[in-house]
Amino acid sequence: MLLLLTLAIGTLTACGIWLLLRARSFDAILGLTLLSYAVNLFIFAAGRPRVDAEPILSGGSATLVTMADPLPQALVLTAIVIAFSMTALLLAIALRANAASGSDHVDSKEPR
Amino acid sequence: MIGAIVGHVVAHHGPVLPVVLPLVTGALLLLLESTRSAALQRWVPWLSAAATLKLAVVAVLLMVRADGGAVQPYLVGNWPAPFGIALALDRLSALMVLLTALVACGALAYALGGTDRRGLHFHSLFQFQLMGLGGAFLTADLFNLFVFFEVLLAASYGLLLHGRGAGQRQRLQASVHYVIFNLAGSALFLVALGLLYGMTGTLNMVDVAAKLPALPAGDQRLVQAAALLLLTVFAVKAALLPLYFWLPDTYAAASAPVGALFAIMTKVGVYAIVRVTTLVFGAGVAAPWLTTLALATLALAAIGALAATHLRGLVAYLVVASAGTLLLAAGLGTEGALAAALFYLVNSTLVAALWFLLADRVAAARGGSDLLQPRPFGGAWGALGATFFVAAVAVAGVPPLAGFMGKALLLQAAGATPLAMWVVGGVLASSLAVMVALARAGSTIFWKSPHGGAAVADGSRAHPLAIGALATGVLGSALAAGPLSAYTGAAAQQLLQRQDYIDAVLGATPAPPAWDLRREMRERGDAK
Repeated sequence: MLLLLTLAIGTLTACGIWLLLRARSFDAILGLTLLSYAVNLFIFAAGRPRVDAEPILSGGSATLVTMADPLPQALVLTAIVIAFSMTALLLAIALRANAASGSDHVDSKEPR
Repeated sequence: MIGAIVGHVVAHHGPVLPVVLPLVTGALLLLLESTRSAALQRWVPWLSAAATLKLAVVAVLLMVRADGGAVQPYLVGNWPAPFGIALALDRLSALMVLLTALVACGALAYALGGTDRRGLHFHSLFQFQLMGLGGAFLTADLFNLFVFFEVLLAASYGLLLHGRGAGQRQRLQASVHYVIFNLAGSALFLVALGLLYGMTGTLNMVDVAAKLPALPAGDQRLVQAAALLLLTVFAVKAALLPLYFWLPDTYAAASAPVGALFAIMTKVGVYAIVRVTTLVFGAGVAAPWLTTLALATLALAAIGALAATHLRGLVAYLVVASAGTLLLAAGLGTEGALAAALFYLVNSTLVAALWFLLADRVAAARGGSDLLQPRPFGGAWGALGATFFVAAVAVAGVPPLAGFMGKALLLQAAGATPLAMWVVGGVLASSLAVMVALARAGSTIFWKSPHGGAAVADGSRAHPLAIGALATGVLGSALAAGPLSAYTGAAAQQLLQRQDYIDAVLGATPAPPAWDLRREMRERGDAK
């Protein structure tokens, strides 16, 4: 599972950065979205995810070997909410900029 | 009665007030602004101004408390320190909160002169911005710092875009760059936090600081990577060299009071760099790079100021130059350099805010143009010219104002470090360049321009009031230089005694509950 997670983070980051560097606002927003997915998975991975472990303290010997750490999930939740709302805001701004300038380029004019 | 309640709240919940007060005010203003009743809407500016003044009073009280010398932790939700989110008030935080409140008072007073009516929700956005700033300066938790960064950024996006009419296209374009850049920065911030959490299992600054020395050598490298990522993100906010290109366009596009408030935003980045290098990672983590990049920033800011074609662009480069000077001192990291930086920070923030307001007045007197070319000047120029002169003296670092004292203190502190020659040369050369740029701009605007032109008729009594208040602050920081430098010296000393901060936060005990429901139930026999 760890390999899958790592590959997913790597692929998402690479695609996100590539799109971000395209200097068109739609692509950049898409890139930022992918980047934020990658970051969320990364925080999740930093919490040493475990299959079939409960995020609940039960019994006497509760360590990260027997239980899942609930805190990264709370962090990811916060990060998701923030990234989601910021992306929505950025979309609105980019649409207005597009309407005002007639160009999707982030500099509001087509490169010569 | 009310006095007793206020006294109790400040004494027991003081450190959280700079967050709660703007939050409650902002939420209330949002409701008032959304009503259709004109009678209720008339209250909005007054309520906002009253809350900002109250914030300034609270900030003064907090500063008096912090000057007692002890770091004062505040446990949000009464959870003990590494588990809950802790705030902590020390001399540096108190100084930053007070500075925020002062700049906010000036900016808001200016906005009451008409800027706030050019669009919706100016006052609630303004209060939310203050909340984010207050929280970022007070928190002792890295994830909480991220959240407050996002709060202040989200509010700043709204404020930057605020206003209709002239310049909207520039504002939109600058916003697209600003938001994309900061969102990418936030992603890096989260990567750094994920790494740190994976290594140490905590994000409380104090707890991370306490656990770092015990980590195995392999993990230390990863922590160092996380630290440098964090510093990169803070450098975006602080406008360090390769990452400052968003700033001149953004600040030049913002309306005057928003630009004035943004003068404190770059200082958030500087504050965060100072906080994590002194408290968490140690000054060695970025030592050679920070000074080198800060010197390069100073050099480019000087060139930018000389090459600026608009007064607002010039002012934006003044902000970059002051950030460069501050980061130079932060990179040196000695007690004397930090004390000098904090002293310089007070003056440079106030004077940067003053410059944004002044640039707007100058543009209005010249029919709306701030192009640095001779243009007919309308109206009286005596008071405007005098303020221009005072602000130029303060920002360039010429005696007798506090900008000079701050730079002198910095040069004195740098003398004892191996980089002395570079620091002295860089700071003096950039001061000279700034002085030349401002002298040229001033003589073009006031002396080479014919008089009797048409001014934009948007004058209001609020404008001279705001400019006068900030100019008084600038002059006051020179008059009160003795007590101020004693305070910043003590603040720098406190910053370097990090064990006191760690002990205070980790040793904070939750307040005993006023009533214990569980014990009452146990005693009544309702529960096991």
